[in-house]
Amino acid sequence: MRLTCPLCGERDRREFYYYGAEDYLRRPAEGAPLAEWDNYLHLRDNPAGVTKDLWYHEAGCAQWLVVTRNTVTHEISGVELVAERKA
Amino acid sequence: MRYSGLRVITEGLFGNRGWTPAWREPSPKAEYDVVIIGGGGHGLSTAYYLAKNHGITNVAVLEKGYLGGGNVGRNTTIVRANYFLPGNSEFYSHSLKLWEGLEAELNYNVMHSQRGLINLFHSDGQRDAFVRRGNAMINQGDDAILLDREGVREHLPYLDFGNTRFPIYGGLLHPRGGSARHDAVAWGYARGADRRGVDLIQNCEVTGIDIENGVVKGVQTTRGAIRAKKVGIVVAGRSSQVAAMAGMRLPIESHILQAFVTEGLKPVINHVVSFGMGHFYISQSDKGGLVFGGDLDFYASYAARGNLPMVEHVMEAGMTLMPMIGRAKVLRSWGGIMDMTPDGSPIIDKTHVEGLFIDCGWNYGGFKAVPASGWCMAHLMATGEPHEVARKFRLDRFATGHLLDEEGTGSQHNLH
Ligand SMILES: Cc1cc2nc3c(=O)[nH]c(=O)nc-3n(C[C@H](O)[C@H](O)[C@H](O)COP(=O)(O)OP(=O)(O)OC[C@H]3O[C@@H](n4cnc5c(N)ncnc54)[C@H](O)[C@@H]3O)c2cc1C
Ligand SMILES: [Zn+2]
Repeated sequence: MRLTCPLCGERDRREFYYYGAEDYLRRPAEGAPLAEWDNYLHLRDNPAGVTKDLWYHEAGCAQWLVVTRNTVTHEISGVELVAERKA
Repeated sequence: MRYSGLRVITEGLFGNRGWTPAWREPSPKAEYDVVIIGGGGHGLSTAYYLAKNHGITNVAVLEKGYLGGGNVGRNTTIVRANYFLPGNSEFYSHSLKLWEGLEAELNYNVMHSQRGLINLFHSDGQRDAFVRRGNAMINQGDDAILLDREGVREHLPYLDFGNTRFPIYGGLLHPRGGSARHDAVAWGYARGADRRGVDLIQNCEVTGIDIENGVVKGVQTTRGAIRAKKVGIVVAGRSSQVAAMAGMRLPIESHILQAFVTEGLKPVINHVVSFGMGHFYISQSDKGGLVFGGDLDFYASYAARGNLPMVEHVMEAGMTLMPMIGRAKVLRSWGGIMDMTPDGSPIIDKTHVEGLFIDCGWNYGGFKAVPASGWCMAHLMATGEPHEVARKFRLDRFATGHLLDEEGTGSQHNLH
């Protein structure tokens, strides 16, 4: 599998660190109810099909990426910078 | 039909014409007391113990493919009771005891072989951790022996003891650890359940769960609707999809774990051995193939095949530990879908729907758990109370903070 980093271009999967589903981007506010923390840390849709997850370009530009990916075929349909998404 | 040595000989003398199918192929009935979704190791053992321990025989196991076609038939078959945390420790200890009587219990040769498991360590810190684990195992009533470097050499003379990057300091030997024949475990439980009246229904995919006013009423399947008083979800890597049919979102992310097997060789590796510095473990099957594997591919996936970086990593780790295997030819590799939880421990619990139960989250350690998981899931479904040795495998432990993080790696699904 290869990922196309928006800054570095197409690179080998081994340059990237996988963190988990994009749920990690929705961090609850301080003091949020426990159920929200459970949702954020543990519960996952875990689809067999298209998903969005977080990867870190560890051996490249050191940017966090949101990758749109099919978990059954390993087809990659989009890679965006987390930094640009938030802006 | 009872199996025995005498039977094998007699059948051999008369052209093997007397063997009968190991189980029936029934059509689904309109209603059952209990429906188990998933005909893997855990689903089959649950059905078996429902019938055997609780006398509940109006049971169907619904399997979307064929029995034993999931992870139960594609794992590296290590059976051990070397867990550390209270909650895990007593459960796996109970499971190992069931393994030790399984062949007599099922009248089926599951080829359970207690050849000894050796986990190697390569630093002082790792030794301390294994001493602690070994003490926990002994406290639980299981066995553990700390081997120093020379002790390891006696058992495993073929390791590369000259490696200066990853020196072998010693190993923790678990003499009752070993392996078994995976298909036989599925078949043995299937036959045992069938003989007690359980309907094993293959090519029957569950596509919906019927719930009325918070109470489960049955399931929708590719072979029609089936009513049930109680339903158990026991589908391993597919748990998130099936639970979603009941409106649940699980603490699970599915990942691929690969394994490899070489051509058959003469006996060369007598134990199960794990490398403490890279992701690698190995044993030799009774057919002679070296069976080995490593860690997850590390990203969520449902492709039942692996990616190349982990293949390379596993081969490198194997060559680092035991260069002698470099001459063996790898015949096959495959991947299975693992239901990874954020603490690496399983779930056997009720759900928010009355009559609906779930058994999942076995990560990559669910083969050894097959007997005890079925035992405890059957207990829960029959009595409504968790079994003593599985009482910590709660679905809500993540929300309440009672995690069972055996490896202490934190709430990230792929780190266990
Ligand atoms: C490569 C590899 C190595 C492993 N090594 C070990 C090891 O050494 N030791 C160990 O203890 N564990 C090991 N494991 C883990 C172990 O195999 C699993 O944890 C365990 O088999 C999972 O439980 P199961 O047997 O019930 O799963 P499965 O056999 O996967 O059963 C689940 C069944 O549910 C069925 N199903 C799914 N969805 C539906 C539906 N909608 N309707 C009907 N049926 C459905 C599937 O078809 C499948 O047959 C390994 C796994 C892999 C992949
Ligand atoms: Zn980059």
